Amino acid sequence: MIRTAWLILRKDLTVEVRSLEIAYTTIFFAVSCVLFFAFALVKEGKAPEDGAAGILWIAIAFAGTLALGRTFERERQSETLRALLMAPAARPAIYVGKLLGIVALLIAAEVVLVPLVAFLFQAPLLSHPLWLAAVLVSGTIGFAAVGTLFSAMLVRARSRDVLLPVLLYPITVPVIIAGVRATAELLQPDGELALVRFWVALLLALDVVFVTLALWTFEPLMTD
Amino acid sequence: MPKWFMPLAGVNAVMFAAAPFLIARADYESTMGLVQKIFYFHMPSASMFLLSAIVCGIASARFLFGGSPRQDRLAYAAAELAVLFGAITLVTGPLWARKAWGVWWAWDVRLTSSLMGWMVAWAYLLVRKYGGPGSDKLAAGLALFGMANVPFVYISVNYWRTIHPKTSVVPTLPADMGTALWFSFACFLLLFTLLLRVRVHLEEQRAKLDTLYLSLDE
Amino acid sequence: MCFLLLLVACAPGVAQQSRPQPQPQPAPPAATDEFVPISQLPAQDQLPAAPLLVTAYAFVWVALFGYLLSVGRRLTKVQREVDRLESDIARGTRT
Repeated sequence: MIRTAWLILRKDLTVEVRSLEIAYTTIFFAVSCVLFFAFALVKEGKAPEDGAAGILWIAIAFAGTLALGRTFERERQSETLRALLMAPAARPAIYVGKLLGIVALLIAAEVVLVPLVAFLFQAPLLSHPLWLAAVLVSGTIGFAAVGTLFSAMLVRARSRDVLLPVLLYPITVPVIIAGVRATAELLQPDGELALVRFWVALLLALDVVFVTLALWTFEPLMTD
Repeated sequence: MPKWFMPLAGVNAVMFAAAPFLIARADYESTMGLVQKIFYFHMPSASMFLLSAIVCGIASARFLFGGSPRQDRLAYAAAELAVLFGAITLVTGPLWARKAWGVWWAWDVRLTSSLMGWMVAWAYLLVRKYGGPGSDKLAAGLALFGMANVPFVYISVNYWRTIHPKTSVVPTLPADMGTALWFSFACFLLLFTLLLRVRVHLEEQRAKLDTLYLSLDE
Repeated sequence: MCFLLLLVACAPGVAQQSRPQPQPQPAPPAATDEFVPISQLPAQDQLPAAPLLVTAYAFVWVALFGYLLSVGRRLTKVQREVDRLESDIARGTRT
């Protein structure tokens, strides 16, 4: 089953690397998001409190939604999803493969976003790099876990572009809140690492719950 | 409609008529005074909101893994009731908060997670209405995630620093307040059962309509 | 399961109550821990409570009543359609 997931991940990465269409457009969108928020919220050259953390996570959420939509749109157009489902591969493995692909894409976007946010808001985002990485990775997995499931479900639905945010955002509110609070705490000059540890633990618990639920329901949701 | 429906509906109406008397008789709370009496309808409707979310989640799971259309109808009905009781909770709460806390809204855990759960219920209805074919399964998947939120809403207020009263309030209520509360709770529980039955009946009639149309085409 | 949840939920509340008070005179317990019937001194702010209370209960009635009306309306519409179709089928005509 791990091999299947790895094969799917490799297939997605190969297709993506050929044109890098989704990667470039997602990263560009995320950067414009951050800039938009910067223009809207910065007053007299100062960003609001915790602004950097919030803006970073909003950009990740918006860019993630876009990336999810585009990835599965590509699958829908070539009917590859149906082909995948017809293949004798364990359904959960298909889900894990696609999840890892989305997570990889979002991490790539975050690699660009974090220095940008740090630069625009003079935020010491790189003072605790390992903790920040833990927060970002666990939050991204939580967001992508729900997003991959819902996007896959929506491939054959009507109004799928508008329904994805409608379904995704309420469910991922805890992930975003935990991510923002953890990042904000990391940005404080005297931030409590114990508090960050708590939020990361919460994020990991959410990851476990979401991935388990998704693995459990992927099969019945994808069958006609 | 089943035979027990109308008598129980009558009983429920009488109970709801009697409830304000019990509520008026209950003692005033020392720091909040008259406005605290919103509690006697706010807490039961919040409980019914969470109960609806649970019923929707369980029915959705049974629908997803068993395929029974009855469970699907039950899930749809429960989701609509979740939106109804959630709306009542989210309106009565801020009205109470305006006087008790001085603000209409606070972004503490209990309120935020309740609002989020309510939005999930709305999303369920939107998906069912506009999702096209296959939207029943989509919504069922969503309902499962929404149900996972319910225990979090309940215990959140005990483990986070929050402005909302903790769950220790209800077990420690004095006698007259307790009577008023549990009577109102019984009113709402009975109402929930009746409304659920009516709404499921509507879904059953819609399904019957579909079968009739299909049989016409043959 | 719900009972266990309730138990878990009550435990912190009970533990908090047994904590000793730091002030010399016993302060009234915060309204977040338990409701206390009126026997303490008031000192309220000036916002009148009655309009809020009335609005809250009025909203409950309106919402419940409105929902009942909505379900009733949808039900009569579908019921009418079902009856019409059934009588058409019984008569053997197509609509």
